[in-house]
Amino acid sequence: MTAPSLPEINARGYARPEVLVSTDWLAAHLDDPNVRVIESNEDPLLYPSGHIRGAVQVDWARDLNDPLTRDYLDRPHFEQLMSSIGVTNDTTVVFYGDKSNWWACYAFWVFQLFGHTKAMVLDGGRLKWEKEGRDMTRETPKLAPTSYRAPERDDTKIRAFRDEVLVHMKVKRPMVDVRSPQEFSGERTHMPEYPQEGVLRGGHIPGAKSVPWARASNPDSGTFRSADQLRAIYEQEQGLKPSDEVVAYCRIGERSSHTWFVLTYLLGYPNVRNYDGSWTEWGNSVRMPVER
Amino acid sequence: MTSPTMPPRLRELLLDFEPLPRTERMEMLIDWADQFVEVDSAVARRPFPDLSRAPRCESDAYVFATDRADGTVDFHFAVENPQGLSAKAWGAILANTASGAPLEQVAAIDPEAIYQIFGRDLSMGKGQGLMGMLELVQFETRKRLKAR
Repeated sequence: MTAPSLPEINARGYARPEVLVSTDWLAAHLDDPNVRVIESNEDPLLYPSGHIRGAVQVDWARDLNDPLTRDYLDRPHFEQLMSSIGVTNDTTVVFYGDKSNWWACYAFWVFQLFGHTKAMVLDGGRLKWEKEGRDMTRETPKLAPTSYRAPERDDTKIRAFRDEVLVHMKVKRPMVDVRSPQEFSGERTHMPEYPQEGVLRGGHIPGAKSVPWARASNPDSGTFRSADQLRAIYEQEQGLKPSDEVVAYCRIGERSSHTWFVLTYLLGYPNVRNYDGSWTEWGNSVRMPVER
Repeated sequence: MTSPTMPPRLRELLLDFEPLPRTERMEMLIDWADQFVEVDSAVARRPFPDLSRAPRCESDAYVFATDRADGTVDFHFAVENPQGLSAKAWGAILANTASGAPLEQVAAIDPEAIYQIFGRDLSMGKGQGLMGMLELVQFETRKRLKAR
């Protein structure tokens, strides 16, 4: 199918507006056999509590992770997943989810590791769909398995590993820490026995800029901010340039996939990588440099 | 396997969840989320204090404790993310099973209970957030045990 051209999204000035669809567009394509709607949430109870008609669920923990190693699924398992959710190599997948599409962007990112480029994100995600009073159902679709062939997972272009990030840091290339300001600063309460953030060291990777991921979204609707608003945050405020090689990270790599999506597709940065090991790896590793 | 020292109502609930397949488990948790009651404004008002915010919880859950005359504690919760159903379910479960229980039993709740209730396939991030809620409940509990 050809990428949609939607005036309300085009007007926001994105580099690649065709990667977003509106709720109106999706409502008109729920029965399109070339479209598969995929819900991917931070909260596993949301999909069974009600979802967009015909949508399948892709769960980060169950579907996208290797069950043993801290890694993503491999090519055979990705092919099995795509077959089980009724996706062919020609199917356009439309992701949506909770938390301003944060997990939807994460699933989108994993799909790009396998080169499934016929992929879009529902602007506003689940929040906007619900707020507009659109129908939800608890019925899960019955889908015939498909035949899907994937290339080997490509971890070289949009994924960053710890030692690569260490080099990136040493040569002072830009990094975006998308966690909360409190996580970035590593501040802790000094009250005895007060629960902590679950890593051995708090703080951030030296040189990283703090831009909490949610700043890229409108909190009331979950939609992405306009390109001008995004440039004001990432370029005028933080000094990033489209020609930069950027690494984004958070705690486990999910929030930073939202920022990866924003920089890559909405602002058109060609060299952005997501460090999915993120702070749970960096802050627990021996002798990794930390700044507070 | 359940701990003999945890609050009896929580122990019973774990036994209820134990045999459930995933779909029924999800349904039961959604029912618990529907029973969630936000902290009364007489106990806490927005903006809630940072010290009451559960660490690592992406649904912005807050935990509050009020004392009963018998020395036990009522636990109250707020979940700022309206779509945070798991945090609401866990908050409702803790409010119903840990409130009024002997403090030693509340302090003895094993975080393993979270996986017994939510299932083994709970994501790392979600599991950490729910543990953060329990850690705050137990922080409040231990504070009171020490003050005795």
